Amino acid sequence: MAVTGLVLVLFLVAHMLGNLKIFTGAEDFDHYAHWLRDLGTPLLPYGWYLWLQRGVLLVALAGHIWAATMLALRARSARPVRYAHRKKVQGSYAARTMRWGGVIIALFVIYHILDLTTGHLNPIGDPSRPQANVVADFAPERWYVTLFYTLAVVALGFHLRHGAYSALRSLGQQTPQGERRARSLALLFAVALSVGYLVVPFAVLLGLVR
Amino acid sequence: MNLTLRIWRQTGPEDKGRMVTYQVEDVSPDMSFLEMLDVLNERLTLAGEEPVAFDHDCREGICGMCGMMINGNAHGPQRGTTACQLHMRQFADGDTIDIEPWRARAFPVVKDLVVNRNAFDQIIAGGGFVTAPTGSAPEAHAAPVAKADADAAFESAACIGCGACVAACPNGSGMLFTAAKVTQLSLLPQGQPERYTRVIGMVDSHDDAGFGGCTNAGECTVVCPKGIPLHTIGRLNRDYLAATAKHTGRS
Repeated sequence: MAVTGLVLVLFLVAHMLGNLKIFTGAEDFDHYAHWLRDLGTPLLPYGWYLWLQRGVLLVALAGHIWAATMLALRARSARPVRYAHRKKVQGSYAARTMRWGGVIIALFVIYHILDLTTGHLNPIGDPSRPQANVVADFAPERWYVTLFYTLAVVALGFHLRHGAYSALRSLGQQTPQGERRARSLALLFAVALSVGYLVVPFAVLLGLVR
Repeated sequence: MNLTLRIWRQTGPEDKGRMVTYQVEDVSPDMSFLEMLDVLNERLTLAGEEPVAFDHDCREGICGMCGMMINGNAHGPQRGTTACQLHMRQFADGDTIDIEPWRARAFPVVKDLVVNRNAFDQIIAGGGFVTAPTGSAPEAHAAPVAKADADAAFESAACIGCGACVAACPNGSGMLFTAAKVTQLSLLPQGQPERYTRVIGMVDSHDDAGFGGCTNAGECTVVCPKGIPLHTIGRLNRDYLAATAKHTGRS
């Protein structure tokens, strides 16, 4: 869980930083998107780096989902008779929403790839003009896209808040001071990443990026 | 105080079980929760009914025998308190109180509120001991232990094995118990020779007993009557990682 999660987190950070290029202009953003395909050439043929990265991410994602499914199945079998009266959440809210939150994020990732990678669900869907695709995506009349995007990013924020904290614990964080640090770090990281992802659609919605 | 109790009644391991409603009158706020159940049981006995079976022993919060889900809280609403040390002043006149046994596959119900916690003994048998005869309590300065380690070991040793952590865990995991029992030995010199085989053995026994996996949800430490902190599980994790890296585990 922790190791595969951290691989995915590294990608999330890189992806967010890449997204923020939209604020330095359409040319910059498009250039960045094309550069990703060009990365590693001439050592690697055109586009190969991206496919290697996708392979690594897919393996990490599969491992992450497999581990989560195993934990969920074990949890289910560990309590065959449910409580008639149960306190909802006594620990952390983020911890108790990991499973459904994860499903929401997975569904969003599928949509997101069909939208902005393959272009099937995008109003423009032109791979040569990624900035235009993004701007068309979050246009005010397509408010439901922005809404779904926001929901998914908030779910991701919660997922990261518990996920980062829990990963540090799994990897051996063991002191009270360390626990406080891990909690603050996870919260800060989750908020920073969520904000970093949300500024893009809202900037488009408010007309700051055209 | 007059109270309505809804109690889980189950005649034996094979019975399906059900919640049954009882009224208890004239409960003193100074009674402990178990004394309140004693009052109910005396009345049931006089009426020729089967009294409610529940586990208890010391009734002073140190043996770990009592334990029940009270309104969805392991050991009831008061933090850091076993069910026997919970007093009726925590409740109000006219309250309805739901009482259920611990729910876990590893803790099958024996009768009513009594569960079989042998699974915890299996975890201890998996390595939660020191093989070498260490004699009686050693002379204080013979084997120096850093104050911080002694404090952390003592904090873990306070675990009474009541099972509240498992009962509260959304995953039905017994990792807080296992971590406490690993830590009380792994921080002391006597526990060092078997430190890494112990952690593997105990985690294996934990998994074999049918407990769920830990996801650091943190519900356990909230209900623990002895306040075993959640970061104890981090100590177990670190030992477990070191043990798997060293390949010294049980084969």
